[in-house]
Amino acid sequence: MNIFLLIMAAALALPALAADPASLLAGYQAEARKADAAFAASARRGEHFFTATHGGEWSCASCHGNPPDGAGRHAKTGKTIAPLAPGADPQRFTDAARSEKWFGRNCKDVLGRVCTSAEKADVLAFLLKRRS
Amino acid sequence: MRPVLLAALLALAALPAAADKPRLPPNPVYKAECGSCHVAYPPRLLPASSWQLLMQRLDRHFGTDASLDAGAREEIGRYLAANAGRREPPPGVEPRITETRWFAKEHREVPAALWKGTAVKSAANCGACHRRADDGDYSERTLRLPK
Repeated sequence: MNIFLLIMAAALALPALAADPASLLAGYQAEARKADAAFAASARRGEHFFTATHGGEWSCASCHGNPPDGAGRHAKTGKTIAPLAPGADPQRFTDAARSEKWFGRNCKDVLGRVCTSAEKADVLAFLLKRRS
Repeated sequence: MRPVLLAALLALAALPAAADKPRLPPNPVYKAECGSCHVAYPPRLLPASSWQLLMQRLDRHFGTDASLDAGAREEIGRYLAANAGRREPPPGVEPRITETRWFAKEHREVPAALWKGTAVKSAANCGACHRRADDGDYSERTLRLPK
């Protein structure tokens, strides 16, 4: 019974192991290069994007904080949010579907539109550079 | 032999429920999807009609986009409906737990300044005082007002 449970747990853990922040970044970058062959993800551009309000009320940093390697706080509800930078929370950006879901929701909240692959690659480059 | 095995399986299945005593542990999908931005509020704090209203407009959820994929939407909707409360619904198409009469009564001793302070920030931030709210525990034992 115990061995069976272990096998089940290992099988359930597999999809989560399938992604890591660097491969997600590479995927977004490859996607962005379809539109602009010279595109290279930039941590500097990512930081600017992360902290800008884009004409709306919020920036990414409004909830995730800046630098994003400490705990954030939801701008509206006040709830504590775990650090976003993978260097501070190794769970971050290890599940492609989950990352896509949150980019989807949060980009709509901050920019009023979906983010481009280039923007996602830049933000990831910024977050990966922040290792303390 | 069969009845013994069945009894053992039933006992195993009952274990997590016994460990959690009377509290309803938040549904994992509900906690993951809704509990990231705010506490996974106990379903009994709103009636089924209010949860239904909220689930119908998740893309405009109190000013943010909280949309769900179809699978999660269905599971969360079912969980909320099955465990909803029976009190009078709060007003509006965006019903708030904080606008129920029950909430006002329960929190009548909380000083107004505390609500506005940086530690609490919003009445939606249950966890500021109810330290185990994330696990559905709102008991007095785990209650601590911030300074």
